[in-house]
Amino acid sequence: MSTTREALPPLEEGFVRHERKRGWSALGLRELWMYRELLYFLTWRTILVRYKQAVIGVAWAALNPLLTMVIFTVVFNIVLGVKSPSSQVPYPVFSYSGLLPWNFFAGALALSGMSLVGNANLLTKVYFPRLVIPISAVLAGLVDFGISFLVLLGLMAAYGIAPTWHMVFLPVFVALAFVTALAVSLWLSALNVLYRDVQYVIPFLVQLWMFVSPVIYPISKIPAGPLRTAFVLNPMTGVIGGFRWALLGQQFPGGYVWISLAVVGVLFITGLFYFKRMESVFADVV
Amino acid sequence: MSDVALRTIGLGKMYHIGSEREKDRTLRDTMVQAAKRPFERIRHPGAATHVSEELWALRNVDLEVRHGEVLGIIGRNGAGKSTLLKVASHITEPTEGCVDVRGRVGSLLEVGTGFHPELTGRENIYLNGAILGMARADIRRRFDDIVDFSETGRFLDTPVKRYSSGMYVRLAFAVAAHLEPEILLVDEVLSVGDAAFQEKCLSRMDAVGAGGRTVVFISHNMAAVRRLCSRVVLLDGGRVTADGSPGEIVALYLKSAARAAAVREWTLLDGPGDAHCRLLRLELTQDGRRLEGQADSSRPLGVSLAFHVECPSRKLQVGFGLLTADGLSLFQSFHTDLATKNPTEPGDYEVRCQMPANLLNKGSYVVSPMVALYFTQWVVRHDADAELRFAVNLDHPTSPMWYSPREGALAPALCWELGPWRQLAVSIPSTGLSRRDDALT
Repeated sequence: MSTTREALPPLEEGFVRHERKRGWSALGLRELWMYRELLYFLTWRTILVRYKQAVIGVAWAALNPLLTMVIFTVVFNIVLGVKSPSSQVPYPVFSYSGLLPWNFFAGALALSGMSLVGNANLLTKVYFPRLVIPISAVLAGLVDFGISFLVLLGLMAAYGIAPTWHMVFLPVFVALAFVTALAVSLWLSALNVLYRDVQYVIPFLVQLWMFVSPVIYPISKIPAGPLRTAFVLNPMTGVIGGFRWALLGQQFPGGYVWISLAVVGVLFITGLFYFKRMESVFADVV
Repeated sequence: MSDVALRTIGLGKMYHIGSEREKDRTLRDTMVQAAKRPFERIRHPGAATHVSEELWALRNVDLEVRHGEVLGIIGRNGAGKSTLLKVASHITEPTEGCVDVRGRVGSLLEVGTGFHPELTGRENIYLNGAILGMARADIRRRFDDIVDFSETGRFLDTPVKRYSSGMYVRLAFAVAAHLEPEILLVDEVLSVGDAAFQEKCLSRMDAVGAGGRTVVFISHNMAAVRRLCSRVVLLDGGRVTADGSPGEIVALYLKSAARAAAVREWTLLDGPGDAHCRLLRLELTQDGRRLEGQADSSRPLGVSLAFHVECPSRKLQVGFGLLTADGLSLFQSFHTDLATKNPTEPGDYEVRCQMPANLLNKGSYVVSPMVALYFTQWVVRHDADAELRFAVNLDHPTSPMWYSPREGALAPALCWELGPWRQLAVSIPSTGLSRRDDALT
């Protein structure tokens, strides 16, 4: 650092140079694409390992949101009197449709936050674009998401709720949920390499974050004004609102989807660059 | 066009040491630091923020590896060998200088990287292959070869956590052995498995080298280095100190590596080992006294090892390996060879044994301390910094006809008998071995 460097000779034809990067580096998306098979295998490993030696295996992916929904219905709907905003949609379906993206998001944070540290042996022994690791952790959550989604379809059928044409927009909101989860994961996983405090913060963060996201209650319950604006800055507000619109035909979340989009965009881009910036020291610090 | 495959120019890698916090740093520390020096962390994200010492693991390394060359890198622990491979394989970035590479690089710093215990052998082959950079189609094509090589075919659909440690490393090495990059960087991974499997691994490496691929190979196994490499580089203190033919450089290294002395002592801070066993002293004795000068071959030679135990383990095995001066392993022995007593309380302990008289030949030998947890892991092994070298003066059987050293790494005096043909007694007297009547009748 204090040493003065002589200028390095020019790179010969056909060679690739590896030297100390200074400042903000390029994202290396092309290289990421070259390593897509590794991404596939790491995702596959996470999914495979998750339910090995569990007696009812993947059924947990369905049971978890179902049981949560039952508890929410008893506590918030029956005891505390929180209502679904629309008379056609009973509270269980309403809360489940919020839990669907929420559980995906929370699961992705828990898994990816620990992903770099948990794969320390890979980081120190093999080269590959480090972005593969948090991306695969978030991707792995899509399987659970798919199973929970099937349960929701069953639930809607049971309550006689027909899907509307809005359903065609669901992939857009799944993508938004994915990018949101990835954006936060990039920050958390990279920070966790440098500061192990992050691993203690994540469960706490996820818990608090759920209460400020409209999972249990509709966004209309929040009084309009500065408080509503603050809630809307939470990108999950837009994601959950979008899901309910696409799945249950509820009122379009309107303006706040755009705000969510903007917030996610900023989080994602800064997360990517922060991650790339820290990437070079992962192997030395982890 | 030059035929260089890999070139380092003024390569240097610096680590910060002396800061306990470097590994598990906490936000609080950083915030305190940030308050003092607001922009420090942003400018130097990798740097430890504590007062710390700079350690150059590599400095000013200029190396050229030509296409098709098998380059061996040798040196003591901490000489920078592994760091060099890590930098060359892009795992960590150099602090100064650069590495230029032409061709696809595959690195093998450890066998079984990314193996998951819950997954089956088959699943792990695909996963590990992908991690090492093989395409799925390649793995599928070579799948049967990998399984054959590993000799684990029957257990392909068993989770690897149920494998014996031998099967596990065989499978892991088999995947690695089928990696086909243009430039292969290998760190000490050949020392896995039993002797037969090691031979198979060496043959495989031979074939890789003969196949015209570029290989950079780190090892403490001088026999392997001499067999596989076409050129050897000696690293010391992060610099290249010698570069030349395998025979020449290996001899140079061995001369400098093991210290000719009768005792080596360490403190709890710098002793080789871990919490299960940290060596404090290695000593050679003869006739109850510390060895002075040469050892006499006609008298037993004592080896004593003192160590500190922090976490007692029933599996602990403390012992040593005896090597010839040029690195050929003669034998190994552990304190659990004939008994299995082990400390159950933390504390300082000592084990000692005697090498029998009339065994060693004239020449130089190396005692290399070895500590293991039975079937679990090595604690100390191949640590050139912990070895002792001693010379032997051949004075056993004083037969007038035997005045020059015999051929061979050892010169044991065996017990012979003479008698009329077919009239020797059935039992073999005075060897200490048990009777083998069945073999003689």
